[in-house]
Amino acid sequence: MKQTLCRLACLGFLLLPMSVFAGGGKHGGGKFKIVQAPESYVQECASCHVGYQPGLLPARSWQNIMSGLEQHYGEDASLEPELVQILGAWLRDNAAMSMGRGMGKDKSRRFSEAPPEDRITKAAWFSRKHRKIDKPVWRMESVKSAANCEACHTNAGEGYFNEKDLTIPEGLSWAQKRAFWH
Amino acid sequence: MSNKLLNRILTGCAVMCALLLSSLAWAGNTTPEAQLQKWSAEAGQAGQADRGQAFFTQKHGYEWSCASCHGNPPTEQGRHANTGKTIKPLAPAINSGAMTDQAKVDKWFRRNCNDVLKRECTPAEKADMLAWLIQLKR
Repeated sequence: MKQTLCRLACLGFLLLPMSVFAGGGKHGGGKFKIVQAPESYVQECASCHVGYQPGLLPARSWQNIMSGLEQHYGEDASLEPELVQILGAWLRDNAAMSMGRGMGKDKSRRFSEAPPEDRITKAAWFSRKHRKIDKPVWRMESVKSAANCEACHTNAGEGYFNEKDLTIPEGLSWAQKRAFWH
Repeated sequence: MSNKLLNRILTGCAVMCALLLSSLAWAGNTTPEAQLQKWSAEAGQAGQADRGQAFFTQKHGYEWSCASCHGNPPTEQGRHANTGKTIKPLAPAINSGAMTDQAKVDKWFRRNCNDVLKRECTPAEKADMLAWLIQLKR
């Protein structure tokens, strides 16, 4: 019996990476569903930028993004058509919802509006949450761009944006660091 | 169901899962040397490291060079020029996974040459680059 249990545990361990973890990802008071990214998303998308959680944008934005990968924010991010379809479907299925399915209407509404240019960094909630960040900070060598969530939100790749996970990047002045405390 | 039968079934499942996962993790269907040969053959001339270095580090009329993201020399982690995302070292001596998957090699040459040169790289350019990358040591 002990052996059986051991095998069951082994099997569970092997199957673990394939499962989908549905939890509540907090992002600045709003919530979105955290989903585990398929390996192809990690390989194809998260090799150049943070593997943004699909719940941060509505389906319409993901559709726009996936239909223009040849010119992806100034870069060629083209993929095989089959992969575009697979990843597009996964993004769409897990995108922010406009109605109260899943995490609840009020909590996910802020993510369900398509931001300008389908950029998360141009969403109204993004600007509001980062309003105290001094503009030059975004261009610092340790940050590079607002798209680089991980410069401060160390666990952004896994979908966690809690304030306790915040790190202050190198090179900030005392005054610039104050934004992180308030 | 008897314990023995259950054990057998579970063992079978575990073995199949392990095989599946290991096949997913396996990606090596080429080597840096094979890539050098392939592109040299297509170009009709041997790749030259010094030409590859010049090609890699120079801009080609646009915003970026290869080194903008991969670093110069690419024996350490690179950083994406726009997003800041870290990139594994491109030199096979340091990153044993580099240039070991044909589909990946083709995909990244296609994408990145398009970003740096606004066109595909020629086989001769690829051969030169491989010749240089293979030479790079720790």
